[in-house]
Amino acid sequence: MEASAARAPHVRPREAARAGGRASTAISVGIISTFLTVVVVLPIAALVWESHKSGADAFWQAVSNPLAVSALKLTFGAAFIVVLINIVFGTVTAWVLVRDDFPGRSIVNAVIDLPFALPTIVAGLTLLALYGPRSPIGIDVAYTRTAIVLALCFVTLPFVVRTVQPVLLELDTEMEEAARSLGARQTTVFRRIVLPNLLPGILSGAVLALARALGEIGSLVLIAGNIPGHTQVVSVYVLNQIESGDPSGAAAVAVVLLGASFVLLLAVGALRFFVTRYERG
Amino acid sequence: MAKRLGLRAVALGYLLVILLAPLVMIFYRTFENGLKPVWDALSDPNTVHAFKITLIATAIAVPVNTVFGVLCALAIVRRRFRGKGLLNAFIDLPLALSPVVVGLALFLLYGRTGWFGTWFADHGIQVLFALPAIVLATIFVSVPFVAREVIPTLRELGNEQEQAAATLGATRWQRFWRITLPSIRWAVIYGVVLTTARCLGEYGAVAVVSGRVEGQTETATLRVEDYTLNFNTSGAYAVSVVLAATAVLVLVLMTLIKPREAV
Repeated sequence: MEASAARAPHVRPREAARAGGRASTAISVGIISTFLTVVVVLPIAALVWESHKSGADAFWQAVSNPLAVSALKLTFGAAFIVVLINIVFGTVTAWVLVRDDFPGRSIVNAVIDLPFALPTIVAGLTLLALYGPRSPIGIDVAYTRTAIVLALCFVTLPFVVRTVQPVLLELDTEMEEAARSLGARQTTVFRRIVLPNLLPGILSGAVLALARALGEIGSLVLIAGNIPGHTQVVSVYVLNQIESGDPSGAAAVAVVLLGASFVLLLAVGALRFFVTRYERG
Repeated sequence: MAKRLGLRAVALGYLLVILLAPLVMIFYRTFENGLKPVWDALSDPNTVHAFKITLIATAIAVPVNTVFGVLCALAIVRRRFRGKGLLNAFIDLPLALSPVVVGLALFLLYGRTGWFGTWFADHGIQVLFALPAIVLATIFVSVPFVAREVIPTLRELGNEQEQAAATLGATRWQRFWRITLPSIRWAVIYGVVLTTARCLGEYGAVAVVSGRVEGQTETATLRVEDYTLNFNTSGAYAVSVVLAATAVLVLVLMTLIKPREAV
């Protein structure tokens, strides 16, 4: 097939790309899906099976356990607050990094990724050092729900910044200048021109941050106090259930988190589809 | 102008409160009593062992996920097959899933009554609460990074150069080694840096499957928790500062690599 592609210079790119042949596609897709099945899919399947093997009643009983319900409520509530904070501060930070200029901007830009690079348990310990019992500035929020929001703000900080930044870089200032020359006020320009352009980016970042916040554990174990029914997030609840010898109960609650992850991934996929529809034509 | 300064103050103030101040604080707290407690904690045999376990898991997970990530990116961008959407979703899953759920899934699969656990138990291989489970958990959580970095670069690259090489008689391997790989190398390296950072810092999944036996299955991150819960704060800070220094190194590498990544 490669030879025929070589003899036909007018061949269309898509056909040429296929000149590699179906056999090699099958091999490469086979290797990838085998790896992914063993590493990711089978464990997930075992989890879903475990959560349902004792029937729907047992599943509901595990999920509606008062401590599980309060952990789920706390986690979702805190995650939503954190996402709102991220939408505001993430967008402002992206704007400042792209449109503003000040000494040290590139350093600030690099520091944004710190939460991706820093182990979460270390993040928790650092927050405890500054905002815990031995706080040098006299702020002690350790073992409260405020601490949970603080830790989640730390680990989710890069998401909205990093999804909004590239959109702002691409966004032409001509549109804004035109609006301004026609007498639009600064707030109108932002509301009618900048915001609609940024919205898909903001939403993608928000969904990713939400997913991260719902599943967070490392940064919380040291600073949240993990008081059941009060400051115990759902990941810590699941960990406790496993350690107290109830893997089925843990699996039921874990499946709720798994469902949320899939829904959020679909949302990100849909947003990506929406954003690239012009490019795809 | 005032508005601009106001926004700058808001953004920088937020970063200072959330990111920078805590980071500076941990370096300060670690060294406030001099170097001796730091050295004592880091030369503790159990701490050394914990770092060793973390490094072994990372040294296995990073190459495995690099090869997988590049293969995966090539398949997703260059080939047409059914189920591509599903493949995409499963690659991203570790990004959106709680590491504890990952740990529990492995716990159930390789546990005594699990689908695989029974077979391994019959053959006398300890997976759960031993190194293999730690490695599997580390691989799971760091699956997406290389693929996610390489996919956009490959898309932008197009395949004209490879087609040209093919018409000149280059084999599939020659095209990969001489054209594709050199063009995507910075994206691969960036992905490797992210993967390494994720592997070194893994906590939630490893907390479930490792068994946390001091000096045997404890990783560096679990060591931090262990020290903290045993009120050995200087020990916790010492281990943390090593991990934080690695994170700063990762940031420096990311900053150096990012501008080269563009095709």
